Amino acid sequence: MQAEEKFTYETWPASPERATLEAKNKFLGFWLFLGGETVLFASLFATYLALKDKVPDSTHALAKDIFDLPLTLVATMLLLTSSLTSVYAMYHMKNFAFKKMMVWLGVTVLLGFGFLGSEIYEFNHYVHEYHHTFTSSAFSSAFYTLVGFHGAHVTFGLAWIISLMIRNSKRGLNLYNAPKFYVASLYWHFIDVVWVFIFTVVYLMGMVG
Amino acid sequence: MSTYAQKKGFGGTIWDYLTTVDHKKIAILYLMAGGLFFLVGGMEAVFIRIQLAVPNNDFVSAGTFNEIITMHGTTMIFLAAMPLLFAFMNAVMPLQIGARDVAFPFLNALGFWLFFFGGVFLNLSWFLGGAPDAGWTSYASLAVHSKGHGVDFYVLGLQISGLGTLIGGINFLATVITMRAPGMTYMRMPLFTWTTFVASAMILFAFPPLTVGLTLMMFDRLFGANFFEVAMGGNTIIWEHLFWVFGHPEVYILILPAFGIFSEIFSTFSRKRLFGYSSMVFATVLIGFLGFMVWAHHMFTTGLGPVANAIFAVATMAIGIPTGIKIFNWLFTMWGGSVKFTTPMYYAFGFIPSFVCGGVTGVMVATAAADYQYHDTYFVVAHFHYVIVGGVVLALLAGTHYWWPKMFGTMLNETLGKITFWLFFIGFHLTFFIQHFLGVWGMPRRVFTYLPGQGFDTSNMVSSIGAGFMSAGVIVLLLNVVITQVKNVKVGNDPWEDGRTLEWAISSPPPYYNFKQLPLVRGLDAYWIEKMEGKKAMTPAEPVGDIHMPNSSFIPFMITLGLFIAAFGALYHADDKSWALPVLIIGLLVTFGSMLVRSVKDDHGYHIHKEELMDEEKGAEA
Amino acid sequence: MKRLAKWRLVSLFAILALALSGCSGKPYLSALRPAGEVADIQFDLMKLSTYIMVGVIVVVMVIFVIVFFRFRRKKGDNGIPKQVEGNHLLEILWTVIPILLLLILAVPTVAATFKLADVKEMDKKNSDALVINVRSHLYWWDFEYPGQKIVTSQDLVVPTNEKVYFNLKSMDVKHSFWIPAVGGKLDTNTDNINKFWLVFDQKRANEAGNLFYGKCAELCGPSHALMDFKVKAMNRDDFDTWVKDMQAVKEPEKATSDLASQGQEIFNKSCIGCHAVTPQNKMPDTARVAPNLTNFGERSRIAGILDHNKEELKNWIKNPETYKPGNEMSGKYPEMTDQQLDALAEYLMGLKVQD
Repeated sequence: MQAEEKFTYETWPASPERATLEAKNKFLGFWLFLGGETVLFASLFATYLALKDKVPDSTHALAKDIFDLPLTLVATMLLLTSSLTSVYAMYHMKNFAFKKMMVWLGVTVLLGFGFLGSEIYEFNHYVHEYHHTFTSSAFSSAFYTLVGFHGAHVTFGLAWIISLMIRNSKRGLNLYNAPKFYVASLYWHFIDVVWVFIFTVVYLMGMVG
Repeated sequence: MSTYAQKKGFGGTIWDYLTTVDHKKIAILYLMAGGLFFLVGGMEAVFIRIQLAVPNNDFVSAGTFNEIITMHGTTMIFLAAMPLLFAFMNAVMPLQIGARDVAFPFLNALGFWLFFFGGVFLNLSWFLGGAPDAGWTSYASLAVHSKGHGVDFYVLGLQISGLGTLIGGINFLATVITMRAPGMTYMRMPLFTWTTFVASAMILFAFPPLTVGLTLMMFDRLFGANFFEVAMGGNTIIWEHLFWVFGHPEVYILILPAFGIFSEIFSTFSRKRLFGYSSMVFATVLIGFLGFMVWAHHMFTTGLGPVANAIFAVATMAIGIPTGIKIFNWLFTMWGGSVKFTTPMYYAFGFIPSFVCGGVTGVMVATAAADYQYHDTYFVVAHFHYVIVGGVVLALLAGTHYWWPKMFGTMLNETLGKITFWLFFIGFHLTFFIQHFLGVWGMPRRVFTYLPGQGFDTSNMVSSIGAGFMSAGVIVLLLNVVITQVKNVKVGNDPWEDGRTLEWAISSPPPYYNFKQLPLVRGLDAYWIEKMEGKKAMTPAEPVGDIHMPNSSFIPFMITLGLFIAAFGALYHADDKSWALPVLIIGLLVTFGSMLVRSVKDDHGYHIHKEELMDEEKGAEA
Repeated sequence: MKRLAKWRLVSLFAILALALSGCSGKPYLSALRPAGEVADIQFDLMKLSTYIMVGVIVVVMVIFVIVFFRFRRKKGDNGIPKQVEGNHLLEILWTVIPILLLLILAVPTVAATFKLADVKEMDKKNSDALVINVRSHLYWWDFEYPGQKIVTSQDLVVPTNEKVYFNLKSMDVKHSFWIPAVGGKLDTNTDNINKFWLVFDQKRANEAGNLFYGKCAELCGPSHALMDFKVKAMNRDDFDTWVKDMQAVKEPEKATSDLASQGQEIFNKSCIGCHAVTPQNKMPDTARVAPNLTNFGERSRIAGILDHNKEELKNWIKNPETYKPGNEMSGKYPEMTDQQLDALAEYLMGLKVQD
């Protein structure tokens, strides 16, 4: 199968993300990349756990003082839902339903922005309420680095999905762009999985102390 | 697209290399850049040995000496050994599995440029206020304490070049998994391909911790974070863990491909298949796995406690077992064979005693309680140079002679090659053997000088003389390269005449599409099997057809250039320079902009048509 | 290639000869001349591992040499050797034998590792064990005897034939505390206190002149190479006397000669801000920013590296940067005339507690 071919619903292959050699490579290569990303986040988690609540003196806020469950829960729900909507989008991609895919991707992006907004609000809150800044203690550096790295991934993911949507808005699906959509959604799922760990390790475990 | 084959001017050639995505050309780029950095690192080594030749010497100052040792280690590991191995992986591995290119030609180019610019950035530190001076391990308390921008160059340069290595690793992994020719099962892959595969997997899991460590240090030094500031709650031991979780696998990332190179050479020049192929593969995978379990043996004296020390000591000793398996398999590959002593075989033969020495001292330093004596002394310096020089560098020199004809179509002079070997080999043992004793006599490593009256004087002089021999060997090699390229005598497909693997089945150098028809692989040593049946070439697995090729691209260069510019912005940001932040932002914009261009501009590659291939064949026959 | 094989064999015997002969370094410095229980344990492990490893090397070299002589290709030989896949028996053999060899090595290694880390005694209440707090600074060492309530620096004084326990910590960047002849080594971290013990053997200390060399073994900056210290080992009675003499210094000793008094005045003006001359240092370790000089006149080296005489002392004070680049002392005091230097040196060399 050629990447430039035109397709209809009937001729569209079952696994368009792996139909050509290039696509197969992209699919595999991206999984490998996510393997590396996993180690990257594992290292950041280890660093965070080692430095959790490590502050110069008692005037500094600790994890149990600053975290706010309702806000984090909202953020978590937004991101989890966006993962689900990106699954819908890929479902429609596999069924050659370009418009529906774009709609669901649009919803995903909106939810992603919602998450990002809540995170910015949260960081801002910590800085002004608790003077918990990037440079105030080892704990704060580790916190902002771990959560911020994730936030940067979300930002990059949003930019990626949006640029894919704009670039392909007029031309529908083919075997050249289908794998691109697919790996972008893989990336989005990965970000979501990382967040589940952040939610557990940083927030839930932080609040129990 | 027949323009490709046209003669180009000098500018055209430069542009060709700046934009190439061909694995064979990228291999040449890696070889040249890695070779250049090897010479730089080698000169630094010579400076070290001159300074230490006599006690109380003042050839260089104490501060400069620390910069030299830091840059020697960093350059040799990241900018010489790794890229030179990548050169051979790129040149040979796709050919060995019967592929037309790697899985991601574009990323291949990107990986090279990232490595290269990272290396250039790091070395620019010499001219911009001083090189890093906290050792190649850059332990956090000293690195954060270090004045000037040296360590900043280290963290930023290594982040850039490390990214390139990571991309290269992913690329090789995917290539081996998806691009093998029909019939090339995993257990028919040549051992160099296997070791490339395992080393790439190790890169994938080992480099992210380094990236994280470097990022944390960058945040501390440039953006006011407190990861390693003990007064602010920070902890410097985190750096040691992150560094060695990367650093130890890195040793195996270097040595496994070296093992691969020697496996090919032993088998080829003994005219025998590799003895115990399956156990060699098994040992390779096992070493790769165990390589991640032993990092804390670099931290025996850090005070992790007896439980951790004992566990890591035993785990480390365990690595000796698969390594021993390999040594004996090589010996028995030659046993009963018809061993021809070519230059590559000289290196392979010399490698065995050298590496065995390095290996056994490895077991000695693994005995934790005794390592309290060896650690951070010249004993350790001797040990890892026996492993890295006696293993990796000998392999690189062997590989250079072995695959030179495949990469360039000419044969390096054998006599000069053997002279290089003798000079280098004698120099190597002269330099490093005595250092074992210096270490246990009480000489710590990384000392810029030593006082007389401690019994170190003669041995250090001997060691420095050895360095002279090694330098002479390298100079002869350079002469050899120049003479060979000037003479330019072209050779055929299989210049060693004993070639066994697929790279020897096609012309030297191969056409840009490698295999006109993908070969059908019928067993281990695919080409040898065909030769033994009296055939001159591989049996094709497909009829002649159109070949899909990737387009050249300037974008990898641009993505990297952006990061290179951004790194300067980040570096001078700490000085409150007003232009620093804009430079950082502009650099990142160039990078992300280039990525965006890559993303939105369709690139379907092109096809070489069947007819063109036929024409070329006729042309070749005429 | 013939030369190569011979050379290897010769070198092999050379190693053995070297190890067996007297070529084992200086008695006050070499890990191959152990002078205490810890160094003994470590030396025994070194020997055990060396024997095993030399055995391995010999086996490899025998096969290596046979291969070299028996299987080289003759000119014009176009024969194709038999393509052997492998040999199960051989492969099992060279897997199992190394495992056994490593077990022989692993057991004593683990035992020794735990033994050397056993510091329960120092944490016990009312323990008689001698504990020394070592604080490493950029290029000098601070030694505090918490039980005796005295502080000294650069020259560590220890009793022989008993376990001496150490608390190690660094006050700036990471260093490593190493007395090669007596036992190696433990890092002084910036983050935590590391603990271990050493024993100084009286008989072998005598052979080494009762003065062991100590080193910093972790790269710590430009003068890492010069961060030496010395260890004076003496029997328990002498040690107790030394402690008493130290404790007896309650306030700065008065200089006796005119020149020294002049020097003391200079010292009190320019130096005492950093350097203490009484051993009962009430300040916490973080406040002890420079070596304690109470018994400076009895030390073995100046700044850890220079000969102990007035001339070198003057040179050092005049320009410490030439002797220890990157040290923390340079530029912290006004420049002095030769006369002032002479007076100051006279005073400092007279700082003695044992007469």
